[in-house]
Amino acid sequence: MAKNDLQGALDLLILKTLSQLGSMHGYGIAMHIESVSDALLNVEEGSLYPAMHRMEQSGWVGSEWAITESGRKAKYYRLTAAGKKQLAAREKNWEQVVKGVQAILRYA
Amino acid sequence: MGFFRRISALVRRSELNREIDDELFEHIQMRTEDNIAKGIGPEEAARQARLRFGNPTVIRERVDAEDASAGLDSFFRDARYALRGFAKNRAFTLMAVLTLALGIGANTAIFQLIDAVRLRSLPIQSPRELAELRIVGGNRGFGITDSPYANFTIPMWQQVRRHHDPFSGILAWREADVLVGKLSEAKHAHGLEVSGEFFNVLGVAPWQGRLIEPQDESSCELSKAVVSYPYWKAQMGGETITPNTTIQAEGRSVQVLGVTPPSFAGLAVGDQFDLAYPTCTPPKIRSEMFLFNVMGRLKPDWTVERASAYFDALSPGLFEDAAPPGYSSEVTEKFLAFRLAAYQAGAGVSALRDTYDTSLRLLLAITGLVLLIACANLANLMLARTSARQREVAIRMALGASRRRIAIQLIIESGLLAIGGAALGVALAQPLSRLLVASLNTSQSSIQLSIATDWRVLLFAAAVAGLTCVVFGTFPAIGATSVDPISSLKSGERGVAGNRERFSMQRLMVVSQIAISLVLLVAALLFVRSYRNLMTVNPGMRESGIVVGYFGYSMENVKPENEAAFKRQLVDDVRSVPGVQNAAATTNTPLTGSSWGHGVRVDSIEGESKFTYASPSYLATMGVALISGRDFTAADTTGAPFVVIVNQTFVHTFLGATPPLGQLVHVRPEPQYPERTYEIVGTIADTRYNDLRGETPPLAFVPIDQFPVTAQGPGAAMMIATNGDPAAITTIRRAIANKHPDMILQFFNFQEGIRDTLVGDRMMAMLSGFFGLLAAILVVVGLYGVLSYLIAQRRNEIGIRIALGAHRWQVIRLVMRDTALMLLAGTVVGLPLTLLAGKSASAMLFGLKAYDPVTLIFAVALLAAIAVLASWVPARNAANLDPVVALRSE
Repeated sequence: MAKNDLQGALDLLILKTLSQLGSMHGYGIAMHIESVSDALLNVEEGSLYPAMHRMEQSGWVGSEWAITESGRKAKYYRLTAAGKKQLAAREKNWEQVVKGVQAILRYA
Repeated sequence: MGFFRRISALVRRSELNREIDDELFEHIQMRTEDNIAKGIGPEEAARQARLRFGNPTVIRERVDAEDASAGLDSFFRDARYALRGFAKNRAFTLMAVLTLALGIGANTAIFQLIDAVRLRSLPIQSPRELAELRIVGGNRGFGITDSPYANFTIPMWQQVRRHHDPFSGILAWREADVLVGKLSEAKHAHGLEVSGEFFNVLGVAPWQGRLIEPQDESSCELSKAVVSYPYWKAQMGGETITPNTTIQAEGRSVQVLGVTPPSFAGLAVGDQFDLAYPTCTPPKIRSEMFLFNVMGRLKPDWTVERASAYFDALSPGLFEDAAPPGYSSEVTEKFLAFRLAAYQAGAGVSALRDTYDTSLRLLLAITGLVLLIACANLANLMLARTSARQREVAIRMALGASRRRIAIQLIIESGLLAIGGAALGVALAQPLSRLLVASLNTSQSSIQLSIATDWRVLLFAAAVAGLTCVVFGTFPAIGATSVDPISSLKSGERGVAGNRERFSMQRLMVVSQIAISLVLLVAALLFVRSYRNLMTVNPGMRESGIVVGYFGYSMENVKPENEAAFKRQLVDDVRSVPGVQNAAATTNTPLTGSSWGHGVRVDSIEGESKFTYASPSYLATMGVALISGRDFTAADTTGAPFVVIVNQTFVHTFLGATPPLGQLVHVRPEPQYPERTYEIVGTIADTRYNDLRGETPPLAFVPIDQFPVTAQGPGAAMMIATNGDPAAITTIRRAIANKHPDMILQFFNFQEGIRDTLVGDRMMAMLSGFFGLLAAILVVVGLYGVLSYLIAQRRNEIGIRIALGAHRWQVIRLVMRDTALMLLAGTVVGLPLTLLAGKSASAMLFGLKAYDPVTLIFAVALLAAIAVLASWVPARNAANLDPVVALRSE
């Protein structure tokens, strides 16, 4: 059985978003996930920021303060090399979880 | 990056918090702007953004927790918290750190000594390659052995010097003192006689000038030498060595070639050499004298095992060629059967190691036990502290702190105490081990050990500290976290009856303390009594007021055939000095370690007997009683029949019930000592022979005038009975120096000389006594603390009892019963431990057994007295409890 399966979903979404957007602040990440998933997935701030900081402590993402398009100061996150590796592992892992869950659902 | 960020984050904690605040604030602002862009009014937009976001403080706390969970931060926070707690409770902290420092310091001090004599490598090039050659099992008393390190005769050394394939280089050395300065006031300097390759093979580079090289090995007259760094500094003022630098030694001027580096003290650990000089091949080789220690540097592809195999194969031929003449064929057989083997010698050789190995191990065990008692005390202190903090712990747990978190907090506290104790202990260990080494110095010689805090010592101290931390930190941690917060909060700090389980934990600590201190007390009593026995043992001869003198003269002035007359004259000279009662020349001074024997046959019984050749005045001088027959007279000279006086052990061993007088003693020949037959003319009482401990061997006295001319040497030893005047030595020295200005004179007090052989016993008695006392004090403190605590816990119960009419003595009995139970349990556990421990010490005891019942009973009685003493104050306090006050405070 794959590890970190369902709880790891948020990490996976954040890592994937950063790999698509390059560098982005927390709010942007949340908005991106919401819009790309057609509002099907809604990221809670209460989960987002602890997750961001956890990943930063683990060295998966780096951060820096920069100015947004609208001229605000914001903390921008980007993937590190370790983060990219982590993303690849998580994606593979996720596919297996999905397969497994589908197998359970289809079982008649 | 993460790690350094965390470290720096500790410093700028508030900055980091602000950063999180900023990040979250911006998030809300961005959503507000988006809301405004969607057409919502500014106020409403901000309200919706905040609603959506939730409680910012909660989120910040959670983000902060993520940052902190990396560990370091929480660790430092706990450490800070612990330090604040210690600062508030200074008495506790001081007590804990001091106890630990004493325990860890004592252990480290002993370990430091073990490290210095046993573990540390010599300060030479690649010490691991150095190997020593020895006869397997030693020379078993064959021939004459010069020193504890002497394994090679000159012919043996000449053989291996030619054949040593496993070694890239080989060297020989021996310790041989050199007399420096004017002869009549000459001082002993520690000399090293070394082969020419000595310093090259060891890879010791000169500090100044040059060291001894192969070409220096030529004449047997001392003409050049190398000095050690300390000698150079202290005796030569550290002045630059030039080709003209000389010192006075052995009555002539000796050229100083150079200085060895400060780290190099020689190959014998504990001995610091002063002078090293090249060896030589004397014209007359005494091939039965074991003189040298031989070492080699192994070639890279050789191991000690392979080298041993090589030398084993070499041995038959080697011993054949080196066999000394003049022995009977059966004795020679013994020599031919010897086999050589190689042994690791990277840590040098050490008589200290052999002499004090058991002592040091025992001391390490003793200090370990002391530390264990200290730990038990600390554990109890910590337990008391945590139960005083029960409310705090309960509240923290109720607020959601995990058990793990609280346990970690407590372990960090013990860890900090252990670190503090260890740091102080290591600092304490230095002077302690120096003191210990100094206590082993004798009036004649001092031990030079470099006591250094190296990585091994630090590692040891750290390991001990870690272990103590686990021992005294874990119990309280388990105890504290197994508390049920609700019941604990409800009952407050004191219940009518406390938590039974934790009480038994504290009792357990006290019981183990009593058990361990019983072991220590018995050990202390045994060693002290053993030392006392040694000090008071009657050696069977006079000790006080006796001076031992050595008179060295040149063989050029005194021909061997005239020596007997010369010695007679010398004895008369000494006798005529005011304050001298009597004097006797002897070939062997008793009770100071040296020994001399011959193989003998009496009738049909073969065996060994000790032989001493002494003046006719010897028995009178030493106060040895003649049991039968006659004493020697001036008429017993070389021309007269050979006569001998024997001791009672000799009679029992060789004659049994046969009347000894008139019986013949045949002495087997050996080099310098021809075959002879003596007639027994007298018997004396048994006396101790060469030490106080040993069994008395068969001993025979022969008149010194009948000492074989071939064995005469350049000197005489004399036992001088004085009237006890401390200035006697000076008077004798002056008188003899006047008459014989060329003579080398040395004197020492006989009694001091005997005491010097007991320094090891004195050290054991002193240290075990000290640690026994320390253990007793720790038990008093521990017992007192626990009883006071238990009584505080049972205040209400005792108050109720008194209110209900209990008498004071009943309360005292209540407390004393506790003490008695713990004492009983401790003794029951401790006695078998004591007997077990006694086994390992029994070889070191004199005049009593390890299971000496008197000592055991006395130790138990002592412990009982200590226990009663420690519980008296808390018991009286309990008995004086005012029930009204006790019950109202509930």
